[in-house]
Amino acid sequence: MTNEEILRGLAEIVNEVAGVETSEITPEKSFVDELDIDSLSMVEIAVQVEDRFGVKVPDEVLANLKTVGDAVDYVAKTI
Amino acid sequence: MTEVVITGLGATTPLGGDVASTWDALRAGKSGVVALTEDWVDRFDLPVRIAAKLAVEPADALPRVQARRWDRCEQVAVIAAREAWRHAGAPEVEPERLAVVIGTGIGGALTLLGQDDLLENFGMRKVSPLTIPMLMPNGPAAHVGLDLGARGGVHAPVAACASGAEALAIAWRMLRAGEVDVVVAGGAEACIIPITLAGFAQMRAMSTRNDEPERASRPFDIARDGFVLGEGAGVMVLERAEFAAARGATRHGRLAGVGTSSDGHHITAPEPEGIGAGRAISAALRTAGLDKSDIGHVNAHATATPVGDVAEAAAIRTAIGDHAVVTAPKGALGHLLGAAGAVEGLACVLALRDGVVPPTLNLEDLDPGVQLDIVTGSAREVELHAAVNDSFGFGGHNVALVFTSA
Repeated sequence: MTNEEILRGLAEIVNEVAGVETSEITPEKSFVDELDIDSLSMVEIAVQVEDRFGVKVPDEVLANLKTVGDAVDYVAKTI
Repeated sequence: MTEVVITGLGATTPLGGDVASTWDALRAGKSGVVALTEDWVDRFDLPVRIAAKLAVEPADALPRVQARRWDRCEQVAVIAAREAWRHAGAPEVEPERLAVVIGTGIGGALTLLGQDDLLENFGMRKVSPLTIPMLMPNGPAAHVGLDLGARGGVHAPVAACASGAEALAIAWRMLRAGEVDVVVAGGAEACIIPITLAGFAQMRAMSTRNDEPERASRPFDIARDGFVLGEGAGVMVLERAEFAAARGATRHGRLAGVGTSSDGHHITAPEPEGIGAGRAISAALRTAGLDKSDIGHVNAHATATPVGDVAEAAAIRTAIGDHAVVTAPKGALGHLLGAAGAVEGLACVLALRDGVVPPTLNLEDLDPGVQLDIVTGSAREVELHAAVNDSFGFGGHNVALVFTSA
C-alpha cells in the first residue's frame, strides 16, 4: 500500500469521526492543534485505523502521533 | 426582590420540532402517539406497542459529527436550548453570569445499552471513548453549557418525572438570589427503548391500548389505563428582570414562584390524597405572592395512571379550588418524563400569552373522583393572568411552578 493510499484511508476515518474535510487532512497538519481533534476522537480514530489497515496502535504509539504524516508513516512501516 | 422573566422558549416534542409547531398542534388537539414498528416490539413480546416519538428526528437537525458525539437525550436538549437562545435574541451576558440547569429522568440509556451490546458482541476495543459523556445524566446540561459558553454553573437535577420542573425551580432560585443574570433551564428525555417500556410495563404503569394509539393517553378519563412514554425537550431562557430590561429584551411571561416538597410516602406510589403535591402548589403560590383565587389555569401533571390523576385532582382542589381551568397535555404529548415539566411549563407561558387553554385529549368520561373544570374537545379561550404547572416524580418529588403573563 502506498503512502498516498494510506493518507486517503486515514482522511476518510478522520472525516467520519471528527467531521474535518478530507481536503484539509494533509501530512503536515497536527491532529490536535490544527485539525482540532480531541483525545477522545483520537482513540476512535486509532481503533478504526487498526481495523482498516490491520495494524496495532498501542497507547504509547498513539501519544506520539502528532501529525497526519506521523500516522501515515507509522502505518506504512508497520503494515 | 428581583423578578424572574422569561425571554426565550425552545422545544422539540412528539407534536413538533419547535415551539410554534408544538403549540399549534397542542391547541388543535392533535396526538403525538404512534404505533411502534421496531423489530424489538415483537422480539420481546412487549405488552406496550405505542409511544409518543419525536416529530422531527434530532440527528437530522444537527451537524453529523455533533449528532454522532451526543446521546439522543443530549441532542434534544441542545436543539431546544438553541431555539430558546435565538428566541431570546442571544443575550449578551458575561459567561460568569450565565448558568445552565437541564434535568433528565433517565439520561443516556440508549448509549449505555448500545455500548453494552458492542462490549458483549465485539469486545472492549469497540466501546466508544465517548460512552461516559454520552450516558451521564448531566450530559444534556453540560452540552448546552458548552454550546453557550456558560461559566456561571451547570446543573442537572434528577427527580424522575419532575426533573424538568425542578430545573426551572432551581433556575428561579439562582436568579432570585442574584447568583447570575441569565439561566437556560429545562428538561430533556429520549429513552423509548425496550428496557424502559418493559420496566414501566412491569409496574403496570403504562397504557396497553395498542390498537388505538391516539386514544391511549387518557388523563382524568374513567377508562384510563396508564401513561404513554414520550421523548423530547423543553428549554426556557430566564433572566433577572432588571437585566432583561436593561438589554431591551422582549418578555414572554414571568416565572413568579416555585414550590417543592416530597411525599415521604412510597418510592413510586403517589400519596393518595395529594397532600405533598398540595403543599408544593401552596408553597409556589406563597413565593409568587398570589392567592389561590388569582390562579386562572392549571396545567396538570396527570399522566393517566389510575391513582396519580385522582391524587393530583385532590391536591388542586385543596390548594387552588375548582375555579381554575385545567388541561392535561399528556393526552396529546404522552409522558416526556424528565422533559415533561419544562415542555408543559412552556405551554403554560403560551396559554397565558394567547389566552387559550388547549384541550385534554381522550377525556370522554370524567372520573367521578375528579371534580375540576377540565377543557375537553377543543381549546377554550379564557383571559388569564396566572397559571400553575404541576410535576411529580417517582421518589415522591413534587414541584409546582407559578407563571404569570408578561
